[in-house]
Formats: sequence, C-alpha cells, structure tokens
Amino acid sequence: MPRTEAMIEKGLTLVDAINEALYQELERDSRVVLLGEDVGANGGVFRVTDGLQKVFGSDRVVDTPLAESGIMGTAIGLAMAGMRPIPEIQFEGFLGPAYDQLVNHAARYRTRSRGSVTIPMTVRVPVGGGIHAPELHSDSPEAIYAHTPGLKVVMPSTPYDAKGLLLSAIRDPDPVIFFEPKRVYRSFRERVPEEDYTIPIGQAKILSEGTDLTVVTWGATTFQCLDALDKLPEDLSVELIDLRTIAPYDRDTVIQSVQKTGRCVVVHEAPKTAGMGAEIATLIQEHCFLYLKAPVQRVTGFDTVMPYYKLELDYLPDGPRIAEAIQQTAAY
Amino acid sequence: MPIKTVYKAQVEYMQILDENGKLDEKLAKDTLTDEEVLSLYEQMTVCRQLDEVAFRLQRSGRMGTYPQNKGQEAAAAGMGFAAKKGVDWLVPCYRENLALNMHGLPYHYVLLHWMGDERGNKIPEGVYVNPIAIPIGTQMLHATGIAWAFKLRKEPRVAVTFFGDGATSEGDFHEAMNFASVMQAPVVFFCQNNQWAISVPREIQMNSETVAQKAIAYGMPTIQVDGNDLFAVYKAAKEAVERARAGGGPSFIEAVTYRLGDHTTADDARRYRDPQELEAWMGRDPILRLRKYLTGKGVWDDAKQAKLEERAKTIVQEIVKTAEGIEKPTTDDIFDFTYATLPAELERQKSTMRTSSLGQDPAQAGLRDMGTATHGHSAT
Repeated sequence: MPRTEAMIEKGLTLVDAINEALYQELERDSRVVLLGEDVGANGGVFRVTDGLQKVFGSDRVVDTPLAESGIMGTAIGLAMAGMRPIPEIQFEGFLGPAYDQLVNHAARYRTRSRGSVTIPMTVRVPVGGGIHAPELHSDSPEAIYAHTPGLKVVMPSTPYDAKGLLLSAIRDPDPVIFFEPKRVYRSFRERVPEEDYTIPIGQAKILSEGTDLTVVTWGATTFQCLDALDKLPEDLSVELIDLRTIAPYDRDTVIQSVQKTGRCVVVHEAPKTAGMGAEIATLIQEHCFLYLKAPVQRVTGFDTVMPYYKLELDYLPDGPRIAEAIQQTAAY
Repeated sequence: MPIKTVYKAQVEYMQILDENGKLDEKLAKDTLTDEEVLSLYEQMTVCRQLDEVAFRLQRSGRMGTYPQNKGQEAAAAGMGFAAKKGVDWLVPCYRENLALNMHGLPYHYVLLHWMGDERGNKIPEGVYVNPIAIPIGTQMLHATGIAWAFKLRKEPRVAVTFFGDGATSEGDFHEAMNFASVMQAPVVFFCQNNQWAISVPREIQMNSETVAQKAIAYGMPTIQVDGNDLFAVYKAAKEAVERARAGGGPSFIEAVTYRLGDHTTADDARRYRDPQELEAWMGRDPILRLRKYLTGKGVWDDAKQAKLEERAKTIVQEIVKTAEGIEKPTTDDIFDFTYATLPAELERQKSTMRTSSLGQDPAQAGLRDMGTATHGHSAT
C-alpha cells in the first residue's frame, strides 16, 4: 500500500516491506494473484496483505476456503495455466496439510514433465517462535523444504531484504517458499527504497566483517546473534553471515569466510539433528578441513517438540547461549 | 418451531444405449452423428489393442508396470470428445489413454511414461493435457486451479479432470470440489467409477449409495450415467462442458463402468474378485455394445470389423516401434529440469558425479594430492 507518514519518517517494518512488494507486483503484473485464508478483507492475520483487496479487488486478492492443500493445489493449477500465484499459508505449522501438494507436485513438476509444465509460485509462510503464539504457530521447518529438490527456500531477516527477495521470488520461474520470521514482523523499521529492486535468491549477506570466527545464521536469530556480538570481548573479531536463502544456499560465502577465520558457529531456531546446521558443518569440513582451528559448533533449538510459549524463550537460541558458543569456539 | 426440511436432493441416472446395443432415440437426439460414432468406435478399438499390447510388453519385460484401461474406453471417449481439443485442458489420472490421445498426446508418450521415461510426460506445445498422475486424487486441485485461471482471464475454456471411485475418499477431492464450487471455476469432475480401487470394492470405499451424490454437498450439478454407454457419457459430458464454458461453474459426472483388467500388471484381481462379477461385466463391454449397435444399424459388418482389427494392429505396432526406438535419456537429464537454471551446487554434482563421491570438485575438497602426498598434518 502507499506509504504512510510513519513509514516516510521512520522507515518500513518487515510487514510494511512485504506489503509494498506485493502491492507493486500486483500493480506491475496482471498474472499475480494472492490467495489464502483471511488474506482479503482482513488483510491477513498479521496484516501483511492489508488493504490490497480494496485496491486490486477480490479476484486478485482472494479469501479462500479453509483448506491448505486446496490453497496449494489450486495455486499449482493457476501456475500451470500461466498465472503467478502467491498462496499464503497462515502459519508454518499449517504447511502439514499442504505438504503433499508442495513437495510431491509443485517441486517435481518441472522435472517430471521435462520442463513442459512449470510452477512459478511463491508460497508465503510466517515462520518461527518468539511471539507467544499458540501450538503449531512457532516452528522452523526450513530444513524439510531445503531437502526437497525443486523448491527454493528463502528467509529474509530485514525489511530491505524482504522486499528485494520477495520480488525475486515472485519473478522466479520455479516454486519458492518465502518464510517470514514473525518475530521480526514489527520489531524494527529501516529505510527501504520505494522503487522496484531485487536481491538475487541464493546470495548471503555479510552483516559484519571479521577475522577470528564466522557465525552463520538466518531469520529471526540474526538479531540474537547481533545481541551476542555485543556481549563479546572487543578484541574478538566475528564475521556474521545472514544466509537469507536456505535453498540453494550461498556455499561460496560460507566457505570463503571460514577459510579466512578457521572457526564457525551456526545458529538456527530449528531442531539440531539433520537441521541446516548439520549441512553447513559438513560443507565446511569438505571445503575448509585444513583451515579449521576448532570444531564447528551449532547453537540451535533442541530435538524436542517446540514448547508452548511459557518455555519458548528457553528453547530458542538467545544472545547469552550464542555468545558462550562463540567464546568456546574461539578459545578451542 | 416445527422441524422442517431445509434441503432435498436427488440423483438422476442416464443410459441411452443399452447392453444389447438398443438406442433410446429420444435421448440420443442431437448427441452423436453416425460418422462420429464410427470414428469413436474405431478409436476405442485402437485404444483396446494398445492396451492389450501394453500388457504383453510388460509381461515380456519390455515395459514396466502398466494399468490397463480395458472396459473404460467409452467413458474416456465420451468425455474426451465433449471437450474441445486445443482449447480445453484435460487433467488425467491414468485410465483414460484415449482421451489424452484425442487431445493430441501421441500414444507413444503413454508407453514412454510406463517405460520409465519422463519424456512421456513432456507435453507437446499446443496440447492441453497434463501428464498422467500416479498418486490418487491430487490432480483435481490442479484442474480447479487451471479452470480458475481461465475464469480470471475470461477465457472461454474448460478444465476436465479424471479420477476413480477410490479418489473420492481423498481429502484433496473434497477440497477441489469445494474450491471449484466456491470459485465457480469452469471444471468438469469426471469420475470413472470402475467399482474397484485395487482390491477394495466401492461398497467398502464409501457408504454413500452413489458417487454422484457427493457433489450435492458442494452445490454442484451432478449426474450418474452408464459409463459403458458412449452416448450417455457424451451427452452428460457435453452438457457439463457447455455449462462450464457459459459461466455456469463446475459439474460432476459419475460414469459407472468396470475395470475389466487387473489394477495394474503388478496386480492379480483373482485374489479378491468374484469371477462371476467379471463375467457379467464382460457382457457390458462398451466396445461390444457399440459394435452391436452399429451392426444393427447396418453400417457395420464382420468384414469391416476384420479390416479395423488389422488396421489397429498395424497402428499399435508403429506406436510400439516409435516408443522402443527412442534412446535412453542421457544422465544429464536427471539434473537438467530440477530448476529453470541449475544452482551452482547442482552443476557441480552434475559435472563430477562420476569422479567424486563427494559430488564436488576434488581440488575444492583439498584432495588434489591424495594418493601421492602423505597426510598433510603429520608431514609438517
């Protein structure tokens, strides 16, 4: 939606930036259709699609029946027939019913039809914990989808990245899951260009350069990592990488950084075992073995069910936990 | 307040050509011309021949698992003919080879699919059919989405989706029906009720008297037809397609038919099916029925039949020859269609798959000197 006074003065939140990208793409490309539960009149439960139905009408911004497989499956059909659907799944926990359509169909269609049937679709999904939400509203399932050939998985952590990556995702010829860390939705504002711009999928961002140790993270834990960096001794030089894209992730940036620093800590909200941290640690031992000065550490959620919110902050990696892992790794 | 009825419903059944080849002239009016019937009869015969040959190809190890279409040719022909080739979009499961072929998919594509070659799913430009769908019931949502796109773009086109009685137990079936009805998408739900979902008969599959009645819950026009009756299938299909094209939304058709073969070549229906039941349905064979009708009309005879069977054999021989003449795809094919543009890691895996167990450039892995140098660390 057009910018408000507050946005002009103080910048955009993650919600504002995503809304602006959707607005601009709906305006630019008549093939774009938003569909999902409550995305229309209500503007989405997080108000990410606020105001869009009023401007673009109920044919372009569609309140669907309450059925995730139906949303995903019909979005696939829309994409097959030349539209650019942007289905929203209200919370990552509700990807379950849509899993079959997403993984067994959207992800495979280009391959199984040898390129004759393709699914250019962007699935928007709020993700992660930290907002005192009910059960199945706080998980971090990105590794499951990163393990699915044919899908791309994106998780921006800032308003600027969100706008540029979302525009790339919508214009991508393949299905993209666009995870929106809900803990960041309104946590801060930043300056975002009003004009159209894209950030390439698959490109990490170095948030702070350093020489002693590399921290790799993405999504909301980026801010817990920044918090941890504040707690470290001044002479410890840490390079912080926000992966931004989970699949295909930016191997080169990680490899180059760890070849320089020789130490790495990976931080994510998702459970530890078989998470993306395991993949990144393996990449590092394949490519940086002789550069390593310490084992790669992981600071992650636990291999448990995501707890209800009274304990969620005990589960999620926070500044102190991350700072401790960094110091242990630095002192190894 | 007294209790009152708030909704009443009924399901109609239509048969036009009975088992003895006798036509209900009144109902048949404005359906198929003699010429069209003859052409469809010939196409059904070729399809049956292909089906029999495909079965033998599997048995002799020249093709993988194959699901026979035998017995369901009238359903595929009637529905396929009612939809407009090159305009409407067919979204199949796997027992309507004839409909796919009528809409421009060469038969050897179907064989290629079952020969384990994805190029059988590579839909030629301008042909509006989806690849054969193996999982049950998932494709109806795709058809609904395709039809929804037609509606959004105000194109006078229709999507037609095929599925079996078993598929109507799947959640996706109900979600597709609901979405289609809510969106008033121009889609025809065409159920080939062939009585069996592998070994589970219709009576165990559902407790509703008909499949057709399921559409009533979604506010969708619905009908049950004799699925082995080309005329009845075509008439119902044509009405449904016309309704959708005119903006009247989705329709449901239950074509009551029978799977004369096993579920697939990997199945043996004798384990669970009463041979007398099969025998009875053999007598209702849609092709036999048409032959009786055409013979009764005086436009068909044994000589013509013999000629047709000869021709069908030749056509099918050519199809098999074409499919078997296509060379195995290259290994690159595994990679090349995963994304529009291959990510760097996939490029790496593709270029090193034969040389590195790591799926990466050995130099990058720091293994360049492996086998010649001593271990780096201990040497220093």
